[in-house]
Amino acid sequence: MKFGAVVAVAILLATACGSSNTSTGTKHRVPPTATLKPLDKVGDGEGALNLIAWEGYVDDSWKKPFQDATGCQVNAKSAGSSDEMVSLMKEGGGGQWDMVSASGDADLRLIYGGDVRPMNEKLIPDWADFQTYFKNPAYNTIDGVHYGISLQWGPNVLLYNTTKFKIAPTSWSAVYDAANKGIVTAYDYPITIADAALYLSKSQPSLGITDPYELTKKQFDATVALLMQQRQLIKKYWPTASEEILDFQNGDAFIGAAWPYQTIQLKGNGGPFADTIPSEGATGWGDTWMLATKAPHPNCAYKWTQWVSTPKVQAEQALFFGETPVNSKACAQMEALQAGSCAQYHANEAGTYLQTIHFWKTPVTTCPDGSENCIPYDQWVSAWTTIKG
Amino acid sequence: MATETVRRPRPKGGGAVPFATLFWRLPWLRSLLLLTPPLAWFVVIYFASLILLLITAFWTTDPFTTQIVQVWTTSNFERLINEPVYHDIVGRTVVLAALVTLTDALLAFPFAYYMARLASRRVQTLLFAAVLLPLWASYLARVYAWILILNHSGVLNWSLQSIGLPPANIGYTNVAMWVVFSYIWLPFMIIPAYSALERVPESLLEASADLGARRWRTIRDIVLPLALPGVVAGSIFTFSLTLGDFITPVLVGGAGSTFIGNVVYANIGIANNVPFAAALSTIPVAIMAVYLLIARRLGAFEAL
Repeated sequence: MKFGAVVAVAILLATACGSSNTSTGTKHRVPPTATLKPLDKVGDGEGALNLIAWEGYVDDSWKKPFQDATGCQVNAKSAGSSDEMVSLMKEGGGGQWDMVSASGDADLRLIYGGDVRPMNEKLIPDWADFQTYFKNPAYNTIDGVHYGISLQWGPNVLLYNTTKFKIAPTSWSAVYDAANKGIVTAYDYPITIADAALYLSKSQPSLGITDPYELTKKQFDATVALLMQQRQLIKKYWPTASEEILDFQNGDAFIGAAWPYQTIQLKGNGGPFADTIPSEGATGWGDTWMLATKAPHPNCAYKWTQWVSTPKVQAEQALFFGETPVNSKACAQMEALQAGSCAQYHANEAGTYLQTIHFWKTPVTTCPDGSENCIPYDQWVSAWTTIKG
Repeated sequence: MATETVRRPRPKGGGAVPFATLFWRLPWLRSLLLLTPPLAWFVVIYFASLILLLITAFWTTDPFTTQIVQVWTTSNFERLINEPVYHDIVGRTVVLAALVTLTDALLAFPFAYYMARLASRRVQTLLFAAVLLPLWASYLARVYAWILILNHSGVLNWSLQSIGLPPANIGYTNVAMWVVFSYIWLPFMIIPAYSALERVPESLLEASADLGARRWRTIRDIVLPLALPGVVAGSIFTFSLTLGDFITPVLVGGAGSTFIGNVVYANIGIANNVPFAAALSTIPVAIMAVYLLIARRLGAFEAL
């Protein structure tokens, strides 16, 4: 085991050294690939397509028809976290992978790292049917330039046990309330800090938090202090969705942030569970297919993006994974596949609903007011270590 | 002169013979060829990576792009020294590793003593199989099994309640980690302790008895000192395996159960901050270096 760790470190170091040559040590206000011109039209496929994707994002049920129709053979590698995606894309200076299905917390790192390039949304016919928010979300569109095409999204809901909480909690304060000591759970990931910042933006307006991902030192410290208090209430931070399901089933957790996937699984087993989006709103994740700067098969990549944006594939993937499509026309397809699923996943919600969701994006030093005083992601990570103790 | 002609190998023809002659003329060449692959492996995999680790620990990353900046800095180590949370994490890891080692030594010694000196041949084989059997199952499966035992509605609480005792809520605590670690690494303590106990000469025990020592006196003055190197050898495994683990804390630990390994993992896997992870990794390396020096003093390497 120890030996394995040494080898792993050696490999990591080797890759780290390999990619460090491009390091400049300075911040870029304009992404390095901003001036690269995207394709004007999609040409013939190159016969292959190399993807980095979340598990379940390249399922045979929509991969096979795509391969048959376009002749692009899909080679997909599953990544376990946003950060694994970022390091895979950087590996060896790029050139191996065509696309990555990155979440919002990885997008800005990829964009500013120069690992992904602008895409031409006009080549994606279904883009016109996307819900307005997902045409230009802040996590993948900068100054009107699209560094990828939105795919699916989901909110981070408040999951609770209905025998303990007879009335649905209306505020995230439930997970910070000392009365709930020992029964609270939270996602074991630095981006959870944004959940607390969102709550503080409403409960302590004097802090002046406008964006839970752009926090000044003072706002950040207040958020971390709240999470340190919350730690006393936490039985266990959940590392994966299945862990949280287990904890709710076994009575080790009764309330905490979750994804709709967990609720659906727990309810499916007939348990006394429900979820809600409290009055403060919620954080959420939005995934994007992004095109690698040195993509060897750009035409196949565009063909793939066209394919996964169609209502049918959008609906299939949403139901397969437990998330919400960005194509507004996917709702009817979801209903056809599973009655009631469109409303269950909030796929038909009005634009006002989406305004209550604050989508994950990489925290950077730039604040809402344009100053450079905000706390970047690496400090979120070390703060998260401090919070968990 | 005559013996020399006899000993010299006779050429038989074919390609191998010049080498055979060469090896015979230059005996060191054979050892060199034999040793090169393992030595190269050792130097490249062990030393090169350790040195790279040490160098990387003095670099830093660009906070924005997370790319490594090759500028010499001690900021990673300053962070480790100045932020109390890292003292807690290192302290927790070391204390738990020591507790697990102690627990395993206490559990393993009587067991190994029985196996080595009292059990019949057949029972001995059975016990050996029993000790090694858990190693056949996946590490993860065994940790998950413990979650099922220790959690709120698990086997432990269920058993306690059925005999009228209050539930012991040790699931997702540091106590749970201590129990699980002690269970998982126990075989690594029993085997070296067993082999050391088996090597205690019967004659010494007889001599002790002849000189009037009772059973406990013999164990204290003869068996324990002779078996100690074996237990220390086992403790190298239990201590280092606990020190480097990061899966059990994630699965079994609760809030406030972070290990060094978890922070290393978070900094490589989440923050992409390899230099800080490297700086942190030097701590267990240093701890183990000290531990091995002490173990060598206690004669553990002769017992391996």
